[in-house]
Amino acid sequence: MSGARHLLVLGATSAIAQAYARRCASADLRCTLVGRHEDRLREIAADLLARGAAAAEIVTADLAAMEAIESHVDAIRSRFGEPDEILIAYGLLGQMPKTMTDLSQARRLLDTNLTSAALWTLALLKNRRADAPLSLVALASVAGDRGRAKNPVYDASKGGLDVFLQGLQKTYDGTAVHILIVKPGPVDTPMTASLEKKPFLVSPDRVAADICRAVLRRRRILYTPWIWRPIMLIIRHLPWFVFRRLQI
Amino acid sequence: MPALAYGRGRSYGDSCLNARGRLIETRFLDRILAADWGTGVIRAEAGLSLDELLRISVPRRWFPPVCPGTKFVSIGGAVANDVHGKNHESAGSIGAHVRAIGLARSNGEVRELSASQDNELFAATIGGLGLTGLLLWVELQLAPVGSAHFETETLPFADLDGFFRIAADDAGWDYSAAWIDGLAKGRHLGRGLHMRGRHATNGGLETHRDPSLAVPCDMPAWLLNGRALRAFNAVYRSRPWAWGRGRTHYDPFLFPLDGIGHWNRLYGKRGFFQHQCAIPMAAAPDAIRKLLALTVGRSEGSFLAVLKIFGSRTSPGILSFPMPGATLALDFPNLGAGTSALLNELADIVLEAGGRLYPAKDATMSPRHFQAGYPNWRRLEAQRDPAFLSDFWRRVTGVAA
Repeated sequence: MSGARHLLVLGATSAIAQAYARRCASADLRCTLVGRHEDRLREIAADLLARGAAAAEIVTADLAAMEAIESHVDAIRSRFGEPDEILIAYGLLGQMPKTMTDLSQARRLLDTNLTSAALWTLALLKNRRADAPLSLVALASVAGDRGRAKNPVYDASKGGLDVFLQGLQKTYDGTAVHILIVKPGPVDTPMTASLEKKPFLVSPDRVAADICRAVLRRRRILYTPWIWRPIMLIIRHLPWFVFRRLQI
Repeated sequence: MPALAYGRGRSYGDSCLNARGRLIETRFLDRILAADWGTGVIRAEAGLSLDELLRISVPRRWFPPVCPGTKFVSIGGAVANDVHGKNHESAGSIGAHVRAIGLARSNGEVRELSASQDNELFAATIGGLGLTGLLLWVELQLAPVGSAHFETETLPFADLDGFFRIAADDAGWDYSAAWIDGLAKGRHLGRGLHMRGRHATNGGLETHRDPSLAVPCDMPAWLLNGRALRAFNAVYRSRPWAWGRGRTHYDPFLFPLDGIGHWNRLYGKRGFFQHQCAIPMAAAPDAIRKLLALTVGRSEGSFLAVLKIFGSRTSPGILSFPMPGATLALDFPNLGAGTSALLNELADIVLEAGGRLYPAKDATMSPRHFQAGYPNWRRLEAQRDPAFLSDFWRRVTGVAA
């Protein structure tokens, strides 16, 4: 069993994380599932075992609780060993008008999506043997490519994570650490279920399939579905006098 | 406001709709709670699709005990409609393989149902059209298989008598269904191809692929006119390379239409109706002759006509559709009032022969046709969760709320 690939999932109850772990589930996969809700983690672990995973362990933790991150990482290392692959899949969308007026909500969003994700990443990379291979996959968002009027706090949290990981990609360039930034468009998950307009909506399984392929090919940035790459290329480069007129 | 669980929406009519209430989406309820790959007993949440189940179970040499004509159904939907498959003669409907059900009632109770526990509610939930509450999970006994492939045999027959002769001789072939040339008249009435199969004992265990073809948008309605249908039927029947024995993967054999995404768009914006009936064996040859004769004479035509024999294995379900005899399925493009009238005439023939229509495929059945075909419907009504209702149930029972 020790020969099996060890996948660490932060935010294992997210729909995309579940779909990805399911796709990976086979006799040569061990996974460690981290999240807040013990019951749901247990169900997901049972599901992965039924689908063929060699092992599925759970760790109950509030990922956004910053002060506990290092001790969690130490505990995970000593209990389950060094991960070969890390998926950072947790995040909040925030309730829209509120994130603009309620500072505690805005802070919670930034803390969860950006600060805690960055700290988890740093803690997991610290004290790692430089030659040990690692795939680090983090879910950013197309929303991080340019700030919109709709939800600037969310956009900033994902954009910040994107920039942070781009920096790390340079830091670890040429080493055994591979970092993939995933930028999904709207995905058909419980997180987006209450949103009304959802262009190019895709299933979590489609996103998971795209991630699998991108990990295999050691890609740096993945837009999923692919159509978002040209769309965001244009949106990033639109001059302000055009961008200001767009209803986004 | 009454609620209704919505699985994958593969029913053709209004049994999965609830215009005057709420729908509960179950597509994220798709975990496997427990699986014993030694015995083939699996407990899965109701939203798991058969498509997913096949991907998981086939490599481990287990197969869903019963598969309807599409794999894009949820397990919960399959049980709520007590679906049957090409193997009905040997396996019965899916209800015969359900060991237990987890059901949430609107009063907050979560009940575990089985043949020995809460039997009447168990029987009402199998084939209960989602009206007894929210199906949370289903425990199923899967069937062992040696490979992902089928041995098949395709035999042509010249008329309806020919079908019944061949179908009577299906021993050793667990799966069978016949395609009927829905436009052949007179002495050719009921000609077609009988297709039968059985799980191959050797071969690979590879699962199916995602659909590669899809109908991109609603097609103009004139595309499916009489001439096009005639051409299709002629070509389909006379492709002799398909006759005789062969070997094929389960996917094209069991789910021929799944290979074409959104095939329903072929019928254009107005869509289509399906008529599917079950008729007791004694009356079947005569009644099916009448049904086909009536269809052939009409401009609506029938693009797909499928005929098969139902076996005698019963399901615990109170509102189970199959009965020992024959079942005929016909598709009609929606041409308005004429189509509804034709469907009503077909239903009269079925009723007269002591048969019934299939709620999962129905959109026009009258209360009279429903209540005569399902005399036990009040037993389901007695077990219905008061907070659950569907458009179908309102229509065929007159229950308000």
